[in-house]
Amino acid sequence: MPRISVAFIRTALLHLVVGFSLGALILVQKGTSLVPAAWRLLPAHIEILVFGWTVQLIVGTAFWILPRYATKQNRGNEGLVWLAYGLLNAGILLAVYSPLLPGSGWILLAGRLAEALGLGAFAANAWPRVKSFGN
Amino acid sequence: MPTVTRWYLRTALVFLVLAFATGVLLAARAPLGLSAALAALTPVFFHLIFVGFVTQLIFGVVFWLFPKHTREQPRGSEPLAWAAFWLLNGGLVLRVVAEPAQAGAAGPVWGWLLVASAAAQWAAALLFAANTWARVKER
Repeated sequence: MPRISVAFIRTALLHLVVGFSLGALILVQKGTSLVPAAWRLLPAHIEILVFGWTVQLIVGTAFWILPRYATKQNRGNEGLVWLAYGLLNAGILLAVYSPLLPGSGWILLAGRLAEALGLGAFAANAWPRVKSFGN
Repeated sequence: MPTVTRWYLRTALVFLVLAFATGVLLAARAPLGLSAALAALTPVFFHLIFVGFVTQLIFGVVFWLFPKHTREQPRGSEPLAWAAFWLLNGGLVLRVVAEPAQAGAAGPVWGWLLVASAAAQWAAALLFAANTWARVKER
């Protein structure tokens, strides 16, 4: 497994644990009303599990498993995919913390833009690798 | 395919069908004039899809296909994978039963069943991550 995929997938595992922890707090609040502040965690719970866990795991696994080229850089431009890793995770952080910060609308927009650019960079790497083996 | 993966994947398919049955029921509420109380199933619908199908499918496939851990324990700890399976599904089933019940008639029994559901699903995520971490490695 290439180093970038290790980074994506281990980060996804961390997001899985954090996302389920937030979800557990929200469910405890539903059951007992002991942690009313937990409702404020709902957007972060969704963001972390959809983008941080699921999308990130898919991107890391795809970079590892999609057909390779018969060249030295056999998985294409790795720099582009490291950029995708940085942008995706910076975007998730911005989106998660945006409700807590002044100017939250702009911060959320910046987060979504970073996520979109990151996933676009991943797609640009993956597109030509979606082909039959040996071509 | 290892036995525990077969259990994950088949259970994921069962939850997929249950999720969409719930989704159809929710969508039918307004046009067919069904009880407004059915709206309490909305979070159940999303969690059946995301936990019961998507996350469960990922857990099963990762256990099966990720790089080998060691020659002696190629897939890490199989008992941990089983524990994560039962905790994830036990927790989800508790939620499916207790969440609409709590919304309809809040009470300590349903409330503490939700706490048990939260703890079980959280533990499942932790065990899966712990069992998978060492298998995510460069070759």
